Amino acid sequence: MSANVPLAPAPEAPPEIRAAQEERLRKVWTTPSGWRYWTSVNNTEIGLWYGAAAFIFMLFAGLLGLMVRVQLAVPENTFISADLFNQAFTLHGTIMMFLFAVPIFEAVAIYLLPSMLGTRELPFPRLSAFGFWSFALGGVFVCGSIFFNAAPNTGWFMYPPLATDKEYSGIGADIWLLGLSFIEVASIAAAVELIVGIMKCRAPGMRINLMPLFAWYLLIVAGMILFAFPPLIAGDILFEMERMFDWPFFDAARGGDPLLWQHLFWIFGHPEVYIIFLPAIAIMAMVVPTFSQRPIVGYSWIVLAAVGTGFLSFGLWVHHMFATGLPQMSLAFFSAASEAVAIPTGVQIFVFIATMLAGRVIFSVPMLFGAGGLAIFIIGGLTGVMVALVPFDWQAHDTYFIVAHLHYVLIGGMLFPVVAGIYYYYPLLDGKKLSDRLGKIAFWLMFTGFNTAFFPMHFAGLRGMPRRVFTYPADVGWDWFNMISTIGAFIFAAGVGLVVIDVVRPKKKQPRCPENPWNAGTLEFIGSPDEKWGVRSVPVIHSRYPVWDQKDLVENISAGRYFLPDSQSGQRETLVTTVLDARPVQCLRVGGTSVVTIVAALSLGGVFIALTFHWWLVTIACAVITLGAILYWLWTGTATIPESDDYDVGMGVRLPVYASGPDSVGWWAMFITMVGDGTAYASLIFGYFFYWTIHDDFTGGHAGPGVFWPMVALTLFVIAWGAMLAARSLNAHDRPRLTQAALGVAALLSLGGCAAGLAGPFAYEMDPTLYVYPAIVWVVAIWTVVHGAVGIIMQLYCLARSLTGRMTARYDMDIDNVVLYWHFMVITAVTSFGVLGLFPLVR
Amino acid sequence: MRWIKEIETFWTLFTAPTVWALHFLVCYVAVAVYCAKQGALAMSFETMRWLLGGITVAALAVIVLSAWLAWRQWGFGTEVPPHDAPTQDDRRKFQGFATLLLSGLSFVSVLYVTVPLFFIGACQS
Repeated sequence: MSANVPLAPAPEAPPEIRAAQEERLRKVWTTPSGWRYWTSVNNTEIGLWYGAAAFIFMLFAGLLGLMVRVQLAVPENTFISADLFNQAFTLHGTIMMFLFAVPIFEAVAIYLLPSMLGTRELPFPRLSAFGFWSFALGGVFVCGSIFFNAAPNTGWFMYPPLATDKEYSGIGADIWLLGLSFIEVASIAAAVELIVGIMKCRAPGMRINLMPLFAWYLLIVAGMILFAFPPLIAGDILFEMERMFDWPFFDAARGGDPLLWQHLFWIFGHPEVYIIFLPAIAIMAMVVPTFSQRPIVGYSWIVLAAVGTGFLSFGLWVHHMFATGLPQMSLAFFSAASEAVAIPTGVQIFVFIATMLAGRVIFSVPMLFGAGGLAIFIIGGLTGVMVALVPFDWQAHDTYFIVAHLHYVLIGGMLFPVVAGIYYYYPLLDGKKLSDRLGKIAFWLMFTGFNTAFFPMHFAGLRGMPRRVFTYPADVGWDWFNMISTIGAFIFAAGVGLVVIDVVRPKKKQPRCPENPWNAGTLEFIGSPDEKWGVRSVPVIHSRYPVWDQKDLVENISAGRYFLPDSQSGQRETLVTTVLDARPVQCLRVGGTSVVTIVAALSLGGVFIALTFHWWLVTIACAVITLGAILYWLWTGTATIPESDDYDVGMGVRLPVYASGPDSVGWWAMFITMVGDGTAYASLIFGYFFYWTIHDDFTGGHAGPGVFWPMVALTLFVIAWGAMLAARSLNAHDRPRLTQAALGVAALLSLGGCAAGLAGPFAYEMDPTLYVYPAIVWVVAIWTVVHGAVGIIMQLYCLARSLTGRMTARYDMDIDNVVLYWHFMVITAVTSFGVLGLFPLVR
Repeated sequence: MRWIKEIETFWTLFTAPTVWALHFLVCYVAVAVYCAKQGALAMSFETMRWLLGGITVAALAVIVLSAWLAWRQWGFGTEVPPHDAPTQDDRRKFQGFATLLLSGLSFVSVLYVTVPLFFIGACQS
C-alpha cells in the first residue's frame, strides 16, 4: 500500500492544538538528564559523541605523529627508543585510519542524514548507539595500550611473519586484531543503518533524482563497507587463530603464506581509502553549491563519479603488493585499474570547479578549507598515478615518497574537507558560528605547515629514505629534509590546535546566527538546535534544493503542516517511503532511549578484550551476557504488534505501522548484514583455494574430512532450510501448531547438521597445528557451524514468538527475516561442505 | 530492441560497473591460477590470452547493451539534464542518463584492463 503524496501542505492547525502536538512530540523525543543522558539513542547525540570521540582519537594520534617527527628531526636522535617509535607510528596509522577517518564519516552521517533527508530519525537508532559504544570502548582499548608499553608495533597493516612473531610483537598484535575487529562490527552496523536509511526513509517526494548528493555518496560508501571490511574480518580470524592456537595460516614452513594476509588486508585497505575520501568529498558537494549560491553543475556526473569510484576502488588492492613477486600480468591488471580510477576522481573535481565558475563564489572559511584540501589532494592524486606504474613503484616502494603520497591524499582528501564541514555545520550544534578570523589563521597554518612537512618527504624518499626507520646516519643526505618536515609538522599542529580552540572556546556571549546561516538550499539547517524531534513535521519535497525552491517550506514545516506533526501513539515515529519515488508506505516506530545498547556493546567488548588476555571464562560470561542483551533488545523492541493496522500520519493519509518481508526495514537490514557476512565467508573460501594454487598438493599429504560427514551435514542443512520454508508457509496460512512443529524439526535438523559438520575433521583426526590444510578445513567448518548455531537460536526465537502469540499470520516479520537468514545459511552450508568434502577428490 | 522491457528498479544503475568487476575478476583469477599451475595445465599462455580476449569482447558487448538500454531510458537524449523535476519521468531520465555515463566509464575501464593482454606474453614473475 502506498499513498499518493498531496503536494500542498495541510491547513494550519489552531495554536492550542499545535502547542499540544509540540508538547507530545517533545515528550516522546526528549533526551534524559543526569547519567541517563548517556542512554540516549537520538541521532544528534550519537552523532555528536561519535564525532567528538573520533576527533579526540585523532588528536591523540596527531601527538604520536609529532613524537615520530621529533625523533626524526635530526640524525642519530635518542628522543624515544626504537620500540616506542615502532609503537608510536603503528598506533598513529591505526588510529588515524580506524578510529578517526572511518568513524568521523559515520558520525557526520548519523548526525546530518535525518535532517538532510527531511526525516525524523534513521530506521535503527539503537543500532547507531550500539555502534558508537562499541567504537568508543574498542578505541580506548587500542589507544590505551601504549601507556602499558603494549601497543601494536608492526605497522598499521600488521604484516606476518613479523606480526605473528609473538616474541617481537608481544600482546600488541592481539590488541590490534581484536580491538579493531570489534570496531569493524561498529562500521558494519553503521553501513546497515545508512543504506536502509537512505533508501527507505527519505522525505515523501524526494525521488532518487532529487536526493542530496551527500546521501548518494554515503549510500555508495556504505555499500563499499559491506564488501571491504569483511575480508579484513576474515583475515583477522585467521591471524588470531595463528597467534592464539598456532594454526599456521601465514607460516610458510607449514604450508601457510604471508601473502594471503596481504591480499585480505588490501582488499579491505584500498577501498578503505575511498571509503574515507568519498564522504569528505560528499561534504564538499554540499558546501560548494551553498557558497556558489547555485545548484551543482552535473548532478548525474557526481553520481557517476561516486558509483564508478566505488566499483573501481576494488580493483586496486594489488598495487600495494607490486613488490611481492606476483606474475607481471597480474600486476599490470591492477596498474591499469589504478589508472582508470583517476577518471571518476577527476570528474568530481571538474564538477566542483564548474559549479564555482557558474556561480558567484563567496570565499568563506569552509570554502577555504575545501579548496585548499582539493589542491593538496590533487598533488597526492598525481603522485598516485606515478606509483600506480609498476616500474616507478619498485623504486619508490616502502620509501618516504609513499609516506608523502598517502598523507597528501588523506589529509587533502579527508582532513581538510572535514574541517570545512566543522566550520560549515557547527551552527547546528548551538546556533553559533565559529570564528572567521581564527578559521582563516588556522587554515593558513595548516596549509603551509602541511606542505612544509610533507612535500620534502618526496625528496627524502627519492633519495632512498625507507619508511618506518627510527633513525638514520648523518651523511646520507636526509637530515635537512627531515628537519624541515618536523618544523612543518609543528606549524600544521598549531593550525589544528587553533581549530580545537575555536570549537571549545566558550560562546555564551556570542549572539546566535540565523537558523540557516549560509543560506543553504538543502534541508540540514531546518531543525532547531533546541528541539530533539529533528523536524517539526516531515515535509513533501519536490526539488534538489527545496529551501531555495519551495516557497515557505521552512515555515510550513515549523507550523506542523506536513506529515507526522504529532505523536498520538506516544512512540517515536518516522516515515518509510519507496526506494525510487519516495511514496510514503509505512509509519515506522523506532526504538527510543535504552540502556540495552550499552549493555550489549560493553559485553561484546568484554568478549574481545577477554580474548586478548586469554581469559576464557570471562569471554564465555561476556558472550552469554551479549546474547542475552541482544535477545532482550529484539524481544522487547522489534516486530511489536501494533494497536491498530493503520495510523493517521497527517495530511489526510493513513499508513500501516507494521510491515514484513521486503517491505520492512528489518528485512533489508538482515539482507545487508548477510551480504557483508557472505563477503567474509567468501574471503575464507578464497583462502582455501589460495592454498590450493600455491601448492602442488595443498593437503600436504594430510587426511581430509572425508566425503561422508560433509555430505551428511550438507543434506541436513538443506532439509532444515526446507523445514524453514515450510514453517513460513504454514505460518502464513495461520496454522500456528504446525508452524511450531516445523520450527522444532528445523532446529533439530540444524543441530544434527552442526554436529555432522564437525564430525568430518574430527573423525579423521585433522590436527590444525600441523599444516595449513587441516587448519583451513577446520576454520571453514567452524564458521559454518557457528552460523548454524546462530540459525538455531533464530529458529527457537521464532518458536518462542509464535508460542507467546507475538508472531502470527498477519504479523510475521520475525519468520520472514529468519528465513532470509536461512537462504544465506543454506548457500554457506552447501558451499562449505561441498568444497570440503568433494574438492579434494576432483582437484 | 523493443523486446527488452523497461524495468523499474534502482539496481540497473550498477549493471555496467558489475560487468567491469566480473571481467576484472575473471582476468585476475585466470592469470593467477594459470601462472601458479602452469606445469599441470596443457594450455599455452597464448591460448589463455585469446580466451580472455574473447571474454573481454563479451563483457564489452554486455556493457554496450546496458548503454543502449540506458540511452533508451534517457529518451535518446531528447531532453538534456539536469532532470530535476519532481516527476516519475524525470526520475527515469536521470536514471537513464546516470546509467549511460556509468556504461561509458565501465567500457573504458574494461579496455584499460585489457591493455596488458596485448603487451605481456608470459607469466614472468
